[in-house]
Order: sequence, then structure tokens, then C-alpha cells
Amino acid sequence: MWIFSIGHDGPALANLWAVTPTDHEHVVTRLPRAILHPRKRILRRLAGVPVLLLVAIVLGGCRLPTFGAFRGVTKQGQTEFTLWSWLAMLGLAVAVIVWGLIFWSIIRYRRRDDKIPHQFHENIPIEVIYTVIPILLVGVIFYATVISENRIDAIKAKPAEIINVTAYRWGWRFSYEDSSGISQNVLIQTAAQPKLLAQPATSSEYPQLVLPDNSTVRIVLQSADVIHGFYIPAFNFSRYAQPGVTNEFDFTPTITGVFRGQCAQYCGLYHSEMLFSVRVISKVDFSNWLSANRS
Amino acid sequence: MKVESYFLLFLSVFGGICAALYWFLSKETSGSIMLLATCFLGALPGGYYLWWSRRMTPRAEDDAEALPSSGAGTVGAFPGSSIWPFVIGMGALLVGLSLIFGLWSAVVGVSMGVFAVFGVISESRHGGISRH
Amino acid sequence: MALTIDRPVQAEHHEEEHGPSGLLKWLTSTDHKVIGKSYLITSFVFFLMAGVMAMVIRTQLSGPDNTVVSQHVYNELFTMHGSLMLYLFAGPFAFGGLANFIVPLQVGAPDMAFPRLNALSYWLYLSGGITMIAGFFTVGGAADFGWVAYAPLSDAVNSPGAGPDMWIVALALTGFSAIFTGVNIITTVFYLRAPGMTMFRVPIFTWNMVVTGILILIAFPVLTAAIIMLWADRHLGTHIYTVSGGGVPVLWQNLFWFFGHPEVYILALPYFGCVTEVIPAFSKKPLFGYRGMIFATISIAALSTAVWAHHMFTTGTVLLPFFSLMSYLIAIPTGIKFFNWIGTMWRGSIEFKTPMLFAVGFLVVFLLGGVTGIFLAAPPIDFATHDTYFVIAHFHEVLFGSAVFGGFAGLYYWYPKITGRMMRESLGKASFWLMFIGFWVTFLPQYLLGLRGMPRRIAEYSASTGWGGLNRISTFGAYLLFLSVAVMMINFYVSWRNPIPAPDNPWDAGTLEWGTTSPPPHHNFNSIPPIRSERPVWDFNHPEHTTFGLHSREHASEERRD
Repeated sequence: MWIFSIGHDGPALANLWAVTPTDHEHVVTRLPRAILHPRKRILRRLAGVPVLLLVAIVLGGCRLPTFGAFRGVTKQGQTEFTLWSWLAMLGLAVAVIVWGLIFWSIIRYRRRDDKIPHQFHENIPIEVIYTVIPILLVGVIFYATVISENRIDAIKAKPAEIINVTAYRWGWRFSYEDSSGISQNVLIQTAAQPKLLAQPATSSEYPQLVLPDNSTVRIVLQSADVIHGFYIPAFNFSRYAQPGVTNEFDFTPTITGVFRGQCAQYCGLYHSEMLFSVRVISKVDFSNWLSANRS
Repeated sequence: MKVESYFLLFLSVFGGICAALYWFLSKETSGSIMLLATCFLGALPGGYYLWWSRRMTPRAEDDAEALPSSGAGTVGAFPGSSIWPFVIGMGALLVGLSLIFGLWSAVVGVSMGVFAVFGVISESRHGGISRH
Repeated sequence: MALTIDRPVQAEHHEEEHGPSGLLKWLTSTDHKVIGKSYLITSFVFFLMAGVMAMVIRTQLSGPDNTVVSQHVYNELFTMHGSLMLYLFAGPFAFGGLANFIVPLQVGAPDMAFPRLNALSYWLYLSGGITMIAGFFTVGGAADFGWVAYAPLSDAVNSPGAGPDMWIVALALTGFSAIFTGVNIITTVFYLRAPGMTMFRVPIFTWNMVVTGILILIAFPVLTAAIIMLWADRHLGTHIYTVSGGGVPVLWQNLFWFFGHPEVYILALPYFGCVTEVIPAFSKKPLFGYRGMIFATISIAALSTAVWAHHMFTTGTVLLPFFSLMSYLIAIPTGIKFFNWIGTMWRGSIEFKTPMLFAVGFLVVFLLGGVTGIFLAAPPIDFATHDTYFVIAHFHEVLFGSAVFGGFAGLYYWYPKITGRMMRESLGKASFWLMFIGFWVTFLPQYLLGLRGMPRRIAEYSASTGWGGLNRISTFGAYLLFLSVAVMMINFYVSWRNPIPAPDNPWDAGTLEWGTTSPPPHHNFNSIPPIRSERPVWDFNHPEHTTFGLHSREHASEERRD
């Protein structure tokens, strides 16, 4: 690595970087690989962290690490998960490198005597490097982000099913329509009354949103009063239900099962009780369920 | 005063560019207006400082080679102890609380404020030392 | 004999000999040092109150289905915890407390530019703070709509009562207090610097306070306008934020967050400044990349005005790519600052007194907070984590990291200068380690809880969620934090009862405030050294280890001619 040294600091750096200034001519020679300065060794090791992560992914059978997040039940949720996993790896790699530099400094440069250290205060090439590299990283991240968010927010022209979700203080109402918007007379609503603590409602009192597997359903989200958050953790997704605004988005579930849902935007006294669940079943079971639940 | 003006004008230019970009990309009114207001907030003092820096007599604090003696003389007027800030503060509190307790509170608060204005002016005329 | 009313003859008011004493002295003081100390103590009291609220919150959440407090009280608690910490502690401690005391000293001024305005700021702040706390004593209780008071939740229908109104009045009072302080700081730095102190020799703490002052002027008027409109909706029958009547609820969010995002940088930048003073002093080196720091700070401030809607990604009504890109861009100047802090420690001679411990603690904690902020700047990731404990962990890392770790670094650093006494090193170190360990134990589990789906602002959760274990660990960490603050209070008490007198410059630091007595005399300086760099006292004490001559073009060209 080439280091240019300008200004006062020539003589002191000369010992470390094999710089032999003649008058004020600063000549930089490359250090032989074998005699690598301790700092460079540490930096090389830290740079190995992201490499290690990549190796771990490959060895782990190409499964991206979750860092605790959900892999996503829907296609949209899985797109989010992929972005999360890569971004988390990148972020943690950066954090480990910078933590490494911090811990190296506080250990290696602990005060041992009363000598006043060399008073350098700038190094333009290094400053340029650590300005430019983050700009490049931001460009890459932004590109990946826009691709992901466009995929997640994309809505299909003709979804298999349209579900009107209405949030209110303090429950949910799900009303099913077919793909042309005609009501199918299926209505699910919260049966739990707002309760004080120590009187938790049973799960049968919370509404269950039933969705078909491997099809795209449109959610039309509205609020009857204040802002609520329609949040399904396993879907890696939430969206506000706001008065005066209708939010529409698609879910394409790929995994069957039962998943938690909860209001995520504080809406008053019984905000913590605004629960619901989501059940994903096969398409056949879904049409049976629809016919069975027509009121 | 050049550095000060450049700093403010930088914020102004940045606010203006963001306002224009944001408006054309989103057509959202409230954000665009707030960004434009930020642009004006930087432009007003920044522009004034830029204009004034070209006309003012050079100051000791802008002179890189100045010695402490260059700053000799009166630095400014620094009013000593004064009861009026406390009076104005309590008046403002009463005006604020009138939003909850009713108009009578605002009447008392505003009266305190008016009284304090006279007090502050009287004080300033006496060089900042309160005299009855 | 005509009846005349004689005018009472008052004794001449000789300030120097018979100035007011006791309570009257405090009520009438316009000295920035007295006002600064008042702010520090008052804001610290609010910090303690908000901290106790946090302990109750964490106790309620320590296990599933707890009934330590009811939902209503819980909602008041998290609202007031956030409001007190953000509006009454973090900001005023920095710009009212530390800046008020230190900025005039660092630029070599005898006082702030407008001393009476300064005093007014304090009284507005104190009355605003008391008004906010007084909400607890109203019939309906304190405000309980979160520190962000989203409409329509905060309107008269959904949040009736005097508590919310007192919250609004408190914000108006403290808002004007902040605006006046911002004006004072900017004017002081622009007009009252000592001879030779060009803007590029002003210490970074003061530079950060100037930038903070501008941000205050940009942000607080927007908040004041927003809450006045909220009050109008609540009491004057307007329909600004309500759909019936043609209003737009999301307007509240746009206005609030246009204030709210610069606000968090108003809270962070002063503490970045504290850390930027502490690290060079205890590394015995000048700040690495002084100009880079200034440009980075200004960039952060500028960008912070253009990112507000990243708090609104899940509304479905904002331009996602614009705000996402602007938010990512803030990482660049923040990264520059980090590398400059590291560059300052690099090849230095680091002494781990308490201020330095807290400064390094800030670096370690804020780093992860900043990185998780990058995650949240991606709208898809925000969809998955918005309003969950992931966000709570992120903002506590950045806010606690800056205001508490950074703020305590500044407090321990400047305590000798402010009070003339030294804090005890052993108690300081104990407090630091309790805080550092307590912090990670409290907030690391919360990242995981958020990723596993635990929303924020919930008073309780059921056992079937499986969140009990992580919450119990987090609560234990919170108790460690409480202990750490208790140890710090003991340190204050011991330093007061058993004082160790502080010398003028106990840390051998470089900026101007260390060139006067501890505490400083009435008009701050009896004499000022010549100023040739951002650390004039260091240059004066260590003439063989200066760096000036590299900034001044004449000196640089002289060198080259050697």
C-alpha cells in the first residue's frame, strides 16, 4: 500500500514507512511483504472477517444467516430477508473492523511513559479513502434497496383474492372479496373486549386472517379512527392503517402455518390487546373455508 | 465573517437543491415548503454576512496573526444581575397556562411582560445595573 | 402643610459590593456560568425522574402478563419517559448546561452575547419542565400518546383532558427556550471570539454547538407551529389534522418529523463535541482531521433536514428512495468522524481517566447504533422492524450512547472547571463499568426481541410469545444502569462533602477554558494567551509540541523555503 507523506511529519514517519526524505522530497518505498507493520497485520486480519462470513455462508449450504430475523413466509417477506441478511453481514463486518481499530488503539497506545507522542493531525490520502469507500458502499446498498422495495411494494393487476382490512380501537375486521371486488360475504372480526391486564383474552377471541398458499392476495388497509399498524412479524412486513388513506399491498404466501399478528402503531389504552393471527392453508382448503364461512 | 457566511450559505444551497429535487420527485407540499424555508433561513443571515464581510473593518478575531492586545478595549455590554428575565419567564408561563386555565392567566402574564419590557429598557439605559 | 407623597429613597445598587445574595442572586443572575450550572442540575433531575420511569417500565415488562402497573399508567410512563429524556434532559443538558458554561470560555468571551436572554431561556425551560411534570397531577393523568403525539390519537376526541394540553404548553415554553439559546450561542461564537481565534481555530465542541444552534432555529419553530395547530384542533374547532372537515392526519407526521429528525442531531452533535474534546486531551495529541470534522458536522446537519420521512416509511405515503438515499448518505460524514476519533487515539499516549472511559464507551456503543440505523434506512427492513424493539434498541444505542456516555464524558471532563473540585476516579470507573455492562445487557436482547416481532409501546405480552427470557435479561441490565447512576450520585456527594480542589488544568488539555482558574473568575479571563491553533493553552504550555504553522499559509511556505 502506498502512503504519501506531506508536511512536517516526514522524519517521524520515515522510520515506519521506509520514507527517506531528501530535502523536502518525499519518496515512498513499498515495504517488503514479510516485514509488515503490526498495524497492517491487524488490518489484514480484520479485513478477513467479511471473507470468513462469505466462507461460512458457502459452507452452511448457501443459507443466509438470519441474525434472529424471520426468513419470511411470503415472497415479499423473503425478498426483505435477503436484503436484511446481506446488509446485516455488511454492517457487522464494518462494525467489527471499526471496533477492531478502536480496541487496537486503546490497547496498543495506552500511556506507558510521560513522553508526548508525535503530534500529527492529518493524513489526506487516508482521509480521502475513508470518505470515498463509504460513498461507494452507499451506492451499492442503495441500488439493492430500491430493487427490493420495488419488488415488495409491487401489486398485481388481478390478485386471486382481495381482503379489506379495517383497523379500529381496539380490533380488526377482515372482509373478503373476489378478484373483481365483489364481496364474498365472509367477515371475520375481533371478538375480544378490551380488557385490563391479568384478564388476557383467549386466542379464540382474536380474529384469524386466512390466506391461500401460493397465490397473490391483495390487502386493502384502512382505519376507522386513529393510526394503527398492521404488523405480521413472520411476513417481515407492516403498514399503517390511517384515516383518510387506503394502503394496498400484496402477499404471496409460500409456507403454510399459523402466524402472529399485532397492532404495531400505538393507538391508545388497549393497544397491547390488538392481536390477530394469520393462517396460511392450501388453495383447495381455502376455497372450502370460504364457502363454509359465508354468512 | 467569510467562514460564517459560507457555512450558512452552504446550508441554504443544500436546502434549495433538496427542496427542488423533492418537489419534482414527489410533489409533496409540506416537505417542499419546509425545505424551501430552510433555504431561506440560511440565505438571510448568510447573504447578509457575505455582503457585510466585504465592507466591514477587519476584526481581531478574523486575523490569524492577532495578539491578545489587538482585542483591547470594550468587548461589549454584558448586563449584570437582572430580575426581568425571571419576570418575563413567569409571565410567559402564565400566558401558556392560560391555554388550560383560562384568559385571566394570560392577562396577568401579559401585564408582567409589559412591565418587564419597561424594566429592561430602563436597565439598558443605565448600562445594565438595575436602579430604582 | 400640603400633603406630598415622597418618593422612597433607595440605596444605590453597587453590584460589586452589595450584590443580591441567596435566592435573589439566583433569580437575577445573568452570568452564563450560573445559568449553565442551573441547567445542568435541573436537566439532571429530569434525567433521574425519567430514569425511574424507565425502571418501572422495565419491571412491568420483565415477564409475561405482569400487572405492576395498569395499561393507562404504563402509557403515561413511556410517554413521559421519552418526553422528559428528549425534551427536558438530553437537549437542555447539552445546549443549556454544557454549552452555556463552556462556549464563552472556549472562544475567550466574558459572557454570552445576550445575558438576559440567556436567563430568560432558563426560566422558560424550568417553567416548561414543571408544567410537563404537572400533567401527572391532573385528573386524567399526564399525556399518554407517546413522545411523538401522532394525530389523530392526540386530538380532543382520543386524548381528552388537561395532561396533553400541559404537554403542549410545556413544549411551547421549552421550544422558545431552545430557540433563544440557539440565537445566543451562534451570536457569541460569531461575534465574541478572542483575537486570533479564527473560525478554523474554534474548538470542535463550540463548532458543534454553532451547528446545533442553526439546527435548533430550523427545527423548533416547526414543532411550535405543529403543536399550536394541534392545540387549535383540540380546542378551537379547527380540522387541520382530522379527516372529517378536510384535514390531513399525516401532515402531523411530516411536520413533527421535520422537527424530530434534526432534533435527534441537536441531541447528538453537542455530545459528539464533548467526545471530540476528551479524546485529544487524554491521547495527548491534537484532533486528527480538524477540518474534516467540521465539514462532516455541517454535512450531517444539512442532511438531517432532508431525511425526516424515514420515520414514515410504513405510512405508504412517502417517496421511499429519496429519504432512503439521504439517510444512507449520513453514514458517510459519521464514518469520517469515527475515523478521525480513531486517528486521534492512533499512536497517542492514552490515559484512561473517567472522561476517557466514557468517551471510548460512546465510540463502542454509538458504532452499533449507527450501523443499525443504516439497516433501518432501508425501507424493506423498516417494514419488518418499524415500531418494534429493534428500533428501541437502535435509538437507545445512539441517544444513550451520545447523551449519556458522551454527556457523562463531558460532565466528568468539565466538572473540575465548573465546580473547582475533582470527582473520585475509583467511583467514576465503577460507575462507567456498571453503565457499560448494564447498557449492553439491557439493549442487545432488545434487538433480538424486535426481530422476533415484539412491538413497542405495549404494556404487556403473553407467555406464548416466548419473549419472557430476553425481557428478563434486559430488565436486569436496566437495574445495573440504575446502580451505575447511583454510584455517580455518590461520587457527586463525596466530591462535595470532601472536596479535592481542582487545579486550572487537571487534564493538561489544550482549549482556552483550561487557561483560567477552576472555577473561572467573574468575567472568565484575567489574561488570554496568543491564539495560533485550536488548542492555544497546549501551545502555551508545550511550545515544542505545537502544530500551528501548518494551518497558516505563511508558515507553511516558510518551511518549504528552509
